[in-house]
Amino acid sequence: MRLSGAEIIIESLIQEGITTIFGYPGGVITDIYDHLEKSPIRHYLVRHEQGAVHMADGYARSSGKVGVCLVTSGPGATNTVTGIASAFMDSIPVVVFTGQVPTPLIGNDAFQEVDIVGITRPCTKHNYLVKKVEDLSRVIKEAFYLARSGRPGPVLVDLPKDVLQNKTEFKYPKKVEMRSYRPTYSAHAGQIEKAAAQILKARRPIIYAGGGVVSSRSSRELKTLAEGLTIPVTTTLMGLGAFPGRHPLWLGMLGMHGTYWANMSVAQCDLLIAVGARFDDRVTGKVDLFAPEAKIIHIDIDPTSIRKNVSVDIPIVGDCKDALSKLNQSLHKQEKSDWRKIRQPWLEQIQEWKKTHPLTYEQGKDEIKPQYVVEKLYEVTQGQAIIATEVGQNQMWAAQFYHFDRPNSFITSGGLGVMGYGFPAAIGAQVACPDRIVIDIAGDGSIQMNIQEMATAVANQVPVKIAILNNGYLGMVRQFQELFYEKRYAQTFLKGNPDFVKLAEAYGAAGLRAERPEEVVPVIEKALSIKGPVIMDFVVCPEECVAPMVPAGKGMTEMLLV
Amino acid sequence: MENNHEQKHTISALVDNEPGVLNRVTGLFSGRGFNIESLCVAETMDPLVSRITLVTRGNNQIIEQITKQLNKLVNVIKVMDFTDTEFVEREMALIKVRAEAQTRAEILRIVDIFRCKVVDVSPQFYTIEVTGNDSKITAILGLLNHLGIKEIARTGAIAMARSKKEISLKKEKIVFIEMPEEATQKTGYRP
Repeated sequence: MRLSGAEIIIESLIQEGITTIFGYPGGVITDIYDHLEKSPIRHYLVRHEQGAVHMADGYARSSGKVGVCLVTSGPGATNTVTGIASAFMDSIPVVVFTGQVPTPLIGNDAFQEVDIVGITRPCTKHNYLVKKVEDLSRVIKEAFYLARSGRPGPVLVDLPKDVLQNKTEFKYPKKVEMRSYRPTYSAHAGQIEKAAAQILKARRPIIYAGGGVVSSRSSRELKTLAEGLTIPVTTTLMGLGAFPGRHPLWLGMLGMHGTYWANMSVAQCDLLIAVGARFDDRVTGKVDLFAPEAKIIHIDIDPTSIRKNVSVDIPIVGDCKDALSKLNQSLHKQEKSDWRKIRQPWLEQIQEWKKTHPLTYEQGKDEIKPQYVVEKLYEVTQGQAIIATEVGQNQMWAAQFYHFDRPNSFITSGGLGVMGYGFPAAIGAQVACPDRIVIDIAGDGSIQMNIQEMATAVANQVPVKIAILNNGYLGMVRQFQELFYEKRYAQTFLKGNPDFVKLAEAYGAAGLRAERPEEVVPVIEKALSIKGPVIMDFVVCPEECVAPMVPAGKGMTEMLLV
Repeated sequence: MENNHEQKHTISALVDNEPGVLNRVTGLFSGRGFNIESLCVAETMDPLVSRITLVTRGNNQIIEQITKQLNKLVNVIKVMDFTDTEFVEREMALIKVRAEAQTRAEILRIVDIFRCKVVDVSPQFYTIEVTGNDSKITAILGLLNHLGIKEIARTGAIAMARSKKEISLKKEKIVFIEMPEEATQKTGYRP
């Protein structure tokens, strides 16, 4: 069958099982759009290309499938860079198709030409410039394979206009042959035995799990390990939901804004079992003071994650699922002990920390506390919603006060920390999971960074709910200024914010506002009863801080309890 | 982290011979703050594969990251760190040195001692080709310097493991790939 490049793309996407793409048309990719209209693939027209990548990202995080987006050359391509970098930092499988000027014009500074392959080299897992239509189907096959295999990540495919128009014989490759890319899935048996022996010896062990547990779908194996040997579990921001948020062994998140008892447990544990996490600086603080007394087991599919920031006693390269199930098998064979009894002193110590410094806030009679809004969202949705967040205080309060019970339910830009991420990502998640409630917990600053996607939500009837914790500030930076810059609030007061209720209405969505504590629950209930997208504007206490907090560069036990 | 002792390392990588691959490698070094002291790239017997040899410096942890990060690049086929193995390393330099009637004899003596060659002669200059390791080239430059060096062109290092060592390296899975059939046919080369 002889097909044009544009037809090959559509056919290849169908063969990959792609049903949904997010995109924005432009001159050089009009051929693709011409064929896309006739295909069964559903296209969501965004209002800004950055939104398209975040949507594909949110779609991927909530469904575990590869997210796809399609944009034009030049500015269309450069607008995707933030989204790609965010997906890269968080290891999210996304394939981004960008248009390019015709091959004879490449390098001539043609209209809407940009070297997007050069620009995105450091922030993609891999990228391609397709120079011949004959290479196209192989490249697409490889792109999807690379995006979802090994440590997942974004892959960009740049498509010159003449490649889209030229024709060739089409046959979608059945398998991928890349001699230089062979991710290690199977964990080394010897290392597993060493790890098992170490785990059996430990008296004060902690599991520290990250996003790798979510992307390898190994929550069940993690739970088996934790329950089998009564090991308390903490996760990173990216790992929230990998372990049930109401489990007796759950410690809450660790790190800069983690719980006091999670950070104290890490500081005093004698064994740290790191699973699919990368010892990010927001987790470790000052590296020398991180788990100083502990032996460290580190399971990760990416060898570069191991020994990048901290030295590790037992490295295990492999898929978390494979490593954890092998570990569980090995531990299961060993002698049985009464682990509950053995762990008793350790668990009691943790309870003590939890009792002395719980996560807390005081809800008064007049002002709404932002934490209260998050708690009420949790209660009203019974913990079953998919929560997306923007970046800053809203993100941390969501992480602290919404107790995630299952994976793929917390959608946040963890590594790059992109303001404007949450709303489009929530749209992508809602598209992937039409039966679930999807809420974007936002700040009044960050929601304005991609508010234009409200048109996308309204036009496609994507019923995302936005909860703005409106404090009138860029709250996280204001908190830094309050604590470390003697309250000099340079440029963090957001003078000129719009009326978010009217803004929602202008887009044809619903807008609701709560200004007093007793209005919070009725507003949430009302919002959930509305079929379309809704903005809930919660006017909250302007100078509330996220607590506890470890100042950047300090040890994790040096927490400010504010 | 333990072992902060910095050491020079010569690392070879076999990579896909495609546009942009060198940029991926050098971008990796600049983006992650690793340094490159020298760099050499050329096609191998297999026209689809290039060999990059680079010299870098760092403690064990940094060198481990460099080799792992290189391996992670999709276009990198194999990586080999020669340090702590038996290997041959060579650099080359072309040196254009002022050659007056009274200094020619001395230049030729130096050329002889260092077993290098005069590859171009003009009324005022000799061009000398020298190969060897870094210290040999530095040494000859030092000797010729006071005679008046007009210009030098110097390559980075290339390296190869000594043959006996190759077998044990094989066990550690850092051997290079077999040459494909078509490459041997094209060059008529038979190992």
